[in-house]
Amino acid sequence: MDWQLVLDSIGPVALGGLTGTIPLTLASFSLGLVIAIGMALARISGIAWLSGLARAYISIIRGTPMLVQLFVIFYGMPQIGITLDPWPSAIIALSLNVGGYAAEIIRAAILSIPRGQWEAAAMIGMSRGQALGRIVLPQAARVSVPPLSNTFISLVKDTSLASVILVTELLRVAQRIAAPSGEFLTIYLVAAAVYWVICLVLAAGQDRLERKLDRYAV
Amino acid sequence: MPSEPPAPAPLLSARGLHKSFGDNHVLRGVDLDIAPGTVHALIGPSGSGKTTVLRSLNGLESPDAGSLRIADLELDFARPLGRRERAALHRASAMVFQQHHLFPHLTVLGNVTVGPIRVQGRPKAEATADALALLERVGLREKADAYPSSLSGGQQQRVGIVRALALQPSMLLFDEPTSSLDPELVGEVLAVMTELAGEGWTMAVVTHELRFAREVADEVSFFDEGVVVERGAPERVFGDPRHERTKRFLRRLQGPFA
Repeated sequence: MDWQLVLDSIGPVALGGLTGTIPLTLASFSLGLVIAIGMALARISGIAWLSGLARAYISIIRGTPMLVQLFVIFYGMPQIGITLDPWPSAIIALSLNVGGYAAEIIRAAILSIPRGQWEAAAMIGMSRGQALGRIVLPQAARVSVPPLSNTFISLVKDTSLASVILVTELLRVAQRIAAPSGEFLTIYLVAAAVYWVICLVLAAGQDRLERKLDRYAV
Repeated sequence: MPSEPPAPAPLLSARGLHKSFGDNHVLRGVDLDIAPGTVHALIGPSGSGKTTVLRSLNGLESPDAGSLRIADLELDFARPLGRRERAALHRASAMVFQQHHLFPHLTVLGNVTVGPIRVQGRPKAEATADALALLERVGLREKADAYPSSLSGGQQQRVGIVRALALQPSMLLFDEPTSSLDPELVGEVLAVMTELAGEGWTMAVVTHELRFAREVADEVSFFDEGVVVERGAPERVFGDPRHERTKRFLRRLQGPFA
């Protein structure tokens, strides 16, 4: 192993993580959560067409490879006149993806809140909207922290797919260093190590968050 | 002709309540009158409709037919209740649930004040002061900042009672408030309820605590199969039940060793 190459490449690769992977993850996760909450509420709305629409969305997102979704958006859409840069394409594809998976997590979390909580909220005079916002969603948020953290960590790794539509993130930087040097093994091991460190840090954060939320456990 | 003093107009008056869940006709024409300042115990076997009646008095269940008057509020269940009517019903009565249904993500104080502040729009300082005074009365002032999960079952249920009181309703509804408590915790909850009765609260209580019903209730209704089979003063209903079904229920409840 060429240790000098490791030292030379780790900086640029980590920088790719800092300026590519991490912002891509954060943007996609935030947008994806908004989509997911909307879809989860649509699913439990009791309005047939709305919940059908959400069900179809979730099914399609979960039933097709993310790489194909990326290709459709980046390579396919220009044919119908919608041309997007790599970054917006990647953010759209990733957040649609998070939206599909997290919607089911949030829906399950909302449904896991006992009926008695809705009733107690109604008893004190809350409307359904107030009951949802003040009583049910805060409790559902706690229930969904562990599975959503897993989604978040998976997302970090999934952002590497954006390299194929030329987004300058961690893996793309590594590819650009590896190609001229021919040192694929070393460079890609460096890339893997940087991903691993990011995920380790996130897993530690997840652990702390869960322990903090445990204080209010029922 | 001797003239009797006129009975006070009932605070609550329900007429002809009917309710079905699918094929299950759980209420088959229930009438109920509760005079102001009295305690009315609803007793009967499970599935007899007593809890459904109680829940209807808070709008948690909507009867298919019948009418209800609480204080100034008059409702006709022939058509579905509107949003405003339902809100008025929630305002008129407040419920203490069997399994307390406290909000686990809010502190004790938060549980008690969320209704007055967020729903009734009362000033925060005033609602908080009232809540703390109520908690003091049930001996839980020092638990104001605790979360419900750290309390005993009896303490949780007392907070449930304070949450109901803080809403300043016209009457209180209790749905088997001691049924899910360990036996040694029942007393502290019944003591609070007895105290409230003594202060003149109008209360409807679904209960299996026959001693409580006998000692605290002013009137008892015995439910079976969706109708009130028998009603009267507790000493009369318990001491001299007239209907076979009431006798059988009381015998079973007192058990073979009584």
